[in-house]
Amino acid sequence: MDSIVAAASVVAAALAVGLAAIGPGIGQGSAAGQAVEGIARQPEAEGKIRGTLLLSLAFMEALTIYGLVVALVLLFANPFA
Amino acid sequence: MYLAEPLNYLSHIHHLPIAELEVGKHFYWQIGNLKLHGQVFLTSWFVIGVLIIAAFLASRRSDRIPSGIQNFMEYALEFIRDLARGQIGEKEYRPWVPFVGTLFLFIFVSNWSGALVPWKLVEIPGGELAAPTSDINTTVALALLTSLAYFYAGFRKKGLGYFGNYVQPVPFMLPFKIIEDFTKPLSLSFRLFGNILADELVVAVLVLLVPLFVPLPVMALGLFTSAIQALIFATLAAAYIGEAMEDHGEGHEEH
Repeated sequence: MDSIVAAASVVAAALAVGLAAIGPGIGQGSAAGQAVEGIARQPEAEGKIRGTLLLSLAFMEALTIYGLVVALVLLFANPFA
Repeated sequence: MYLAEPLNYLSHIHHLPIAELEVGKHFYWQIGNLKLHGQVFLTSWFVIGVLIIAAFLASRRSDRIPSGIQNFMEYALEFIRDLARGQIGEKEYRPWVPFVGTLFLFIFVSNWSGALVPWKLVEIPGGELAAPTSDINTTVALALLTSLAYFYAGFRKKGLGYFGNYVQPVPFMLPFKIIEDFTKPLSLSFRLFGNILADELVVAVLVLLVPLFVPLPVMALGLFTSAIQALIFATLAAAYIGEAMEDHGEGHEEH
């Protein structure tokens, strides 16, 4: 592999997963905050809120994982190598 | 998937015999012109075997008052049935329980087998054994099956009237709905593949750095996310099927 391509791929992989973590991080924080607020207001609904929260957190997590998949493709299955 | 020459200093880090990291290396089986990923087949057969044995043991001597494994499998069945009923609806969920249940159980046992079975102790000629769902081909196959299933459900229920879904509630939604048909399997497969591969990589990297005790919490987290991913895949498959069959003008929760 060309060394400049390798360097660019590694930087791009880091950027892909790093940037992809920003949005879901904010989203998960706000979702968890709202869930805590909901539980504080209505403690008897805790089970339902927790289930929904976990499911939606996993959906948000998937967005970072897409970035991670791109990073892994760049590192291990680079089409430009 | 097209796999070019990997960055060789990254794809083959091993100082310890148990802590190897191999991505994009496979144990190929050549059948005619086809190259198969042998390690995925081996682990898939293991998962299928576990499921079949569990189902056989649970249904061999069924009692009126279930106990032991029968009780456990009945609990699993009820869980899957409730999942399908919640997403597809009381009237039509029954024929889809086997499909949704198969997806859930196969993905769940696959994910956990990757974390719980010490595959690394088994030597194979190339690549390494891991959860079948950490290979993109498995997850793409499952996602495409889901696509087929919801098209089948829609056409069977409404015939060609299924295409009416594409212009509901407003006609300019048409392009988005068509794009959605492609993004659904794409996101389903990438979500599962990425999560499971990420779990295995994080554990492998931590084991590489500190071989004892430190990776344990991450492994526990991996078990948790694997279970959630199986649940998400099954829930979404059921939701897509339900969406394809729902009647016009009736609001349904979008995912």
